[in-house]
Amino acid sequence: MNKVINISIVGVGGQGTLLSGELLCRVALLAGMDVKKSEVHGMAQRGGSVISQVKLGPKVYSPLIPEGGTDILVSFEKVEALRWAHLLKKDGVAMVNAQEIRPITVSTGAAQWPDELDKRLGDTFENLELIPALDMAQEMGNAKCANVIMIGALAKHMDIDPEIWRQAIRELVKPKFVDLNLKAFDASYNL
Amino acid sequence: MANKKILSGNEAIAAGAYVGGVSVASAYPGTPSTEILENLVKYPDVYCEWAVNEKVGMEVAIGASFAGKRSMTTMKHVGLNVAMDPLMTFAYVGANGGFVVVSADDPGMHSSQNEQDNRYIAKFAKIPMLEPSDSQDAYDMMIEAFKLSEKFSIPVMLRTTTRVSHSSGIVELGDFKRDAENGKKYEKNIPYTVPVPLYSRPMHVRIEQKLIDLEAYSETSKFNRLEKGTDGVGIITSGIAYAYVREAFPNASILHLGMTNPLPKKMIADFAASVDRLYIAEEDEPFIEEQVRAMGIKVCDPETSLRIGELNPDRINLMAAEVYGTEKPAKAEPITGLPGRPPVLCPGCSHRGVFYALSRLKCMVTGDIGCYSLGAFPPLSAMDTIICMGASVGNAHGLAKAGYEGKVAAVLGDSTFFHSGITGLLNIVYNKGCSTVIVLDNRITAMTGHQDNPGTGKTLMGEETIATRVEAIAAGLGVHRVRTVDPYNLDETYNIIKEELESDEPSVVVSCRPCVLGARLKVVRKFAVESDKCKKCKMCLKIGCPAIEVADDGTTRINPVLCVGCGMCEQVCKFGAIKETGI
Repeated sequence: MNKVINISIVGVGGQGTLLSGELLCRVALLAGMDVKKSEVHGMAQRGGSVISQVKLGPKVYSPLIPEGGTDILVSFEKVEALRWAHLLKKDGVAMVNAQEIRPITVSTGAAQWPDELDKRLGDTFENLELIPALDMAQEMGNAKCANVIMIGALAKHMDIDPEIWRQAIRELVKPKFVDLNLKAFDASYNL
Repeated sequence: MANKKILSGNEAIAAGAYVGGVSVASAYPGTPSTEILENLVKYPDVYCEWAVNEKVGMEVAIGASFAGKRSMTTMKHVGLNVAMDPLMTFAYVGANGGFVVVSADDPGMHSSQNEQDNRYIAKFAKIPMLEPSDSQDAYDMMIEAFKLSEKFSIPVMLRTTTRVSHSSGIVELGDFKRDAENGKKYEKNIPYTVPVPLYSRPMHVRIEQKLIDLEAYSETSKFNRLEKGTDGVGIITSGIAYAYVREAFPNASILHLGMTNPLPKKMIADFAASVDRLYIAEEDEPFIEEQVRAMGIKVCDPETSLRIGELNPDRINLMAAEVYGTEKPAKAEPITGLPGRPPVLCPGCSHRGVFYALSRLKCMVTGDIGCYSLGAFPPLSAMDTIICMGASVGNAHGLAKAGYEGKVAAVLGDSTFFHSGITGLLNIVYNKGCSTVIVLDNRITAMTGHQDNPGTGKTLMGEETIATRVEAIAAGLGVHRVRTVDPYNLDETYNIIKEELESDEPSVVVSCRPCVLGARLKVVRKFAVESDKCKKCKMCLKIGCPAIEVADDGTTRINPVLCVGCGMCEQVCKFGAIKETGI
């Protein structure tokens, strides 16, 4: 790749957004690219909306992506995709896990959950890929690998040898979960 | 193959400290600095500890420097306020073994109560300062900082920010060879280590000379770099702002300052003379800009303000559009009206029982720094003030002495009590106060990610130690009324706090339950709403538990995934609709 690719990964605390960011960094390192990643820890993590930004390419300075500068928005949750839609370039790709997580503001009746979410996603994004990552992960017997299923789908958009992605998974995931996560990656990469 | 790793800024600071030869590190946790010691403790031959507060952490590191060892202390920006006293005078005394204080500032206040710019403290204390722009800088500067400290016999500040500390990038680690041999040891030299007026007056003279020498060093520092451009625009920048500027101004000349105290004035004057238009792009306060203007150098004043809040590529891109007279970058507006995800006290959080009691008692609550700041938000809304670590205790006493007619409770956590609540409590006892101090004792420093503290019985190095009890400290200070409550028992908690508020002598209520997240206790029961008994009164929502939801028909239900079985909701339901279930 001869230009910098900007990726924003968003979701709800606990969904594995942070591990996905780490995985992308490892891929860049193995592929001999430069990379920078930004995320914020702290109060926002407690049940909050989480964002991790990764930029990879020949030379990267800023760890943050300007608004409207994201090439690929990976969202682990539908409303989070809408919340961060303004980050995406006009011709950028939105990859959305078809999962809905209602926050306390909705469960207590203080806020409304948006109607017809799939339609809103379709209206908002020109290039939308709705991926049933949670269903796929549950079929594989572990909901926790939904994030790697999303990564497999993302890898299809990047000009990087899939073996490098697999290597990054082997290096980063706990040994007993490596096989499961490789299977998850291949399932969506080959879809 | 080159020795490259992906490291966050904080991981890089720890790696650099290890290679730089640090032997002793003492710190109090605070976002965004906490991960530095959590990573440093993984390396061999480095003694690491959680100090009870930043002042003590700095004093411990100073002691190690006296001994000739390389030492460091780390803290968040407001932590340095606590440690200012030793820093200001240690600067006069000077370091023996290399000494580095890491100040991790939080522009944008991701997890802080203000966004003070601690670069002014380096200038105020008259000490050299290094300001990394990324993880590579953080690693290289940390190694250099110890050498610099020993070369000039002066404490050095490494000033990072949230965005540098919590961003990751590739770091070239070099041979990763640890350099802890500085050949120094303690040698008695009273005129140089005892700042009584007789000796501190010459110390002041010496530090002024060191600053002159350090400025000459700054002119040649490898961290002050000139990147020559072609379009006549010149920008002086530092820290994370450099990264945004480099991308937004590809053709401009950039003076990237990594050593920002003392500033390399000649380098700056030469740079200013070499460009047609000079700008300064720095995050937080105009620290460099004020000094450059004071040199009589003309600095352009763009309308795009870089002050207040965190910088980002958008703000710097706007500035670039203004500098070049190009169109402002088009931006899509965020979609509005989406439900937010505010931070909330966790399901089963032991703080909830106390805040529920306080909201029923309708008393004024002076609050403090920790997860329990969330008690200020609805539906609990049971916190009236926050200032700084430990302030709840002194504030409550002050309200009482000022004749405030209502009841006042001070609320603070166990780690905050150890940090700086003890002195305030002693002050209440001594000055015949009558305040009620509630210590939310969840046996962990939760907010910053579950660090050990004097109450947990474990050190940062993983050793067993004495677990200090809040009750014993309170009794030792002379508090006669010390009560312990189980915050999961709502009536008991309410009644005891009420009794203590009505008492006319000082009292301490210790609310004792481990942090649900920190203790990782096995969930042994859960609760559910029997919907036919639910009268839709929504009383159970008053405790603000994220596991309790409202169904479409208006009855409430408990999310079985989130419920940890604390049972507080069962106690507030007047109709017996909430029942214990198995797991």
